[in-house]
Amino acid sequence: MQRNPQLNANGELQHLLSIEGLPREVLVQILDTAESFVGVTEREVKKVPLLRGKSVFNLFFEPSTRTRTTFEIAAKRLSADVINLNIALSSHTKGESLLDTVANLSAMQADIFVVRHNSSGAPYLIARHVKPHEHVVNAGDGRHAHPTQGLLDLYTIRHYKKEFTRLTVAIVGDVMHSRVARSLIHGLTTLGAPEVRVIGPQTLLPSGVEALGVRVFHDMRAGLKDCDVIVMLRLQNERMGGALLPSAQEFFKHYGLTGAKLSLAKPDAIVMHPGPMNRGVEIDSTVADGPHAVILPQVTFGIAVRMAVMSIVAGN
Amino acid sequence: MKLPEAEQLCAQLAGELKARVGPQTAMIGLYTGGAWLAERLHAMLRLPAPLGLMDIAFYRDDYHARGLHHDPKRTKIPFDINGRDLLLVDDVLYTGRTVRAAMNELFDYGRPASISLVVLADRGGRQLPICAQHCGARVEVPSGMRLRLKRDAGDRLALALEPERAA
Amino acid sequence: MRLHIKSGRVVDPASGRDAVGDVYVADGKIAEEFSRPDRVIDAKGLVVAPGFIDLSARLREPGYEYKATLESEMEAAVAGGVTALACPPDTDPPLDEPGLVDMLRRRAKALSRARVYPLGALTVKLRGEALTEMAELGEAGCVAFSHANVPLRDTQLLWRALQYAATFGYPVWLRAEDAWLAKDGVAHDGEVATRLGLAGIPSFAETIALGAILELVRDTRARVHICRLSTIGAVEMMRRAKQEGLPVSCDVAIHHLHLCDMDLGYFDSHCRLEPPLRSQRDRDALARGLAEGAVDCLCSDHTPVDEDGKHLPFAEAEPGATGLELLLPLTLKWGAAHKLPLAVTLARITSDPARILGVAAGRIGTGAPADLALFDPGAAVRVTAESLKSQGKNTPFLGYELAGRVRYTVVAGNVVYEA
Repeated sequence: MQRNPQLNANGELQHLLSIEGLPREVLVQILDTAESFVGVTEREVKKVPLLRGKSVFNLFFEPSTRTRTTFEIAAKRLSADVINLNIALSSHTKGESLLDTVANLSAMQADIFVVRHNSSGAPYLIARHVKPHEHVVNAGDGRHAHPTQGLLDLYTIRHYKKEFTRLTVAIVGDVMHSRVARSLIHGLTTLGAPEVRVIGPQTLLPSGVEALGVRVFHDMRAGLKDCDVIVMLRLQNERMGGALLPSAQEFFKHYGLTGAKLSLAKPDAIVMHPGPMNRGVEIDSTVADGPHAVILPQVTFGIAVRMAVMSIVAGN
Repeated sequence: MKLPEAEQLCAQLAGELKARVGPQTAMIGLYTGGAWLAERLHAMLRLPAPLGLMDIAFYRDDYHARGLHHDPKRTKIPFDINGRDLLLVDDVLYTGRTVRAAMNELFDYGRPASISLVVLADRGGRQLPICAQHCGARVEVPSGMRLRLKRDAGDRLALALEPERAA
Repeated sequence: MRLHIKSGRVVDPASGRDAVGDVYVADGKIAEEFSRPDRVIDAKGLVVAPGFIDLSARLREPGYEYKATLESEMEAAVAGGVTALACPPDTDPPLDEPGLVDMLRRRAKALSRARVYPLGALTVKLRGEALTEMAELGEAGCVAFSHANVPLRDTQLLWRALQYAATFGYPVWLRAEDAWLAKDGVAHDGEVATRLGLAGIPSFAETIALGAILELVRDTRARVHICRLSTIGAVEMMRRAKQEGLPVSCDVAIHHLHLCDMDLGYFDSHCRLEPPLRSQRDRDALARGLAEGAVDCLCSDHTPVDEDGKHLPFAEAEPGATGLELLLPLTLKWGAAHKLPLAVTLARITSDPARILGVAAGRIGTGAPADLALFDPGAAVRVTAESLKSQGKNTPFLGYELAGRVRYTVVAGNVVYEA
């Protein structure tokens, strides 16, 4: 079996490609470092000089304004130079190959590649071909992983709940197509959350999902009972009306989070969402704007987490 | 070799500092040894401004060689730096690089009126033009060793020598 | 050339012979003993077996010459001890016209390496809409008709194609895969694909299609060979179909005998194959099925892919692996794991595929064509890009050390390869 490409020969993080396969100590190091960076973002001069003179290339093969912006802010707060590349993927224009694009950027002295791609595994291919001092941070690959999102979700949970070892966490919605769900599940199981549940119709839960270490629920009421954390996944429009789901209305009726369903969870349960939200599809507005929702803090924590990830890999 | 008593030096420093405490005086201790020392001095001097604690992890000059290794603590400065007479507190003064990093970080918070360095022990070996305004004692440290401040379960401070950790 | 092969361990799976002895070759055929040979080969320590028959090897001509050429792939074939191979019709253009088939056969014959048996396209341009002129293609040299890895959705058309082929007695070679269930899938639908976030092809995509094909065989009595089995369910269905007496046979590719979906590791595109590598349970059932005979034979499914085709994210990479030179060592590895006698192990790449192809080769007996492979069963081969003669270096076995090295290959009585 190949060595975990994320860790260098000393077991230190050189690329962040997936939460799966990372030792517990590395996850905790990232969360603790992020904690310090939250302090930086709260003061007058929101910068530290750690990555001064370094270049961070945002290589987004899949368009995204939110994630790209948070990575850009995070990199700039580390005093790095940021270059954004939006490479439109068209099935009709072949253009430059993925590796040729990376090789050209390498020649321009890149230090960190932040990569988002619609094909699972693309960042691994890139990581196998970059120079030793170059680092790859996965900003989302196909359905496989979105490790920085998983980490900021873990950070958020730790912030509000302190400990993972007594939590019941429910992840609701389109788990089949969700890289966010996969990353969060790996993180929770590594950090010792005793019960991780996935809730959704059979069409949106992938084969063998129990092997990831989760309990499957098709009934949302049963699945939400006594939960400490509820994570609502985004339902993409393409899923509706196809062979996977008949309509948004039916989805909302059975799997949307309303105040009534929320009351089945613990009284101090928190509600999370990776964003952007589809109000009235996954989540009711009263819940999204209510006291249990921690959706906006998730965004703030996201910057600190990304600062932590970049400063750790760039130093190894 | 006999090291000076940390508790004694601490009391000595407090005595020296009492004379110069003014309305704008505030104290900041550097993790970890400097923070313990600062906690003690802050209480002894009964400074009105709350104690600030600082981690210089993000300002070190050896990031490119060593990376971001130890878990950084969170810098907390619960007062406005602007116009303050700051007492920057650390346990051991050696090359001066820690103090340089601390000053860079302080200036990202604001513009103090003055910064005075307070250390329990100065072991010489400066690599930068930095000096302490208040120093408990000069200590000779044999090569291959480091000088550290320790705190025991009863909160008593003591200086100790340890072998230098491999870089 | 009159050849005397001396003191080798002669293994002839067709007759069950496995003993040290001599083999004589004259006029391109196995002959009775004679004196004054033109050449003597000392085969002490070597196994003398019929040349291997590979039921699927892509030579990439016409149309894909940047991936490989007839020259390079024929070199690879004989270096691997393969003396006869069947090539699928998915060339560019596909082998749907007698002229193309004829040209391919001439080119192959001119190279005087292994024998090439082209498989004709079952439908025009492999589009699945209209039947090809099977009789014409048969006359041009096609031994059977296939749809390669292209899905054949129209079951009515499939039924008519089988009826037509049965009329002329042509076998039809099909991969059992339901096009709708396999749509967009790139890996076995299971825990590994879920973890890696890859679109999956469920096992029942194979068994559902196989069920349909077997029903059509019952109706048409066409002779059908099922290519590249990948599931435990399909092995079971084939076992029962043969017990029932249906005129069917099947093969498995070397990769699916040894690897499973766990071997994808960190998205290794060398494991991007059609059909996908499935679970350990499926792999083990295929290996057992081959030992018992429910699966008739083993092939390499040789598919050279250039570097650009593999240096892509898993789902975008071109499927296929190079394998002509690994057929022998991987067959021996399987045989050893199942503690089979060498004659049975080798049957799966000699007499069994010969039966399916309907050719006289694959046996060592007086009067049989002199196609032989002489190999050292214990000699180790380290699989590297440099050691492979094929232009395709794309194999999941890169870096492996395997036992079984070919020393001499004889085709039609001529020594076409010597290590």
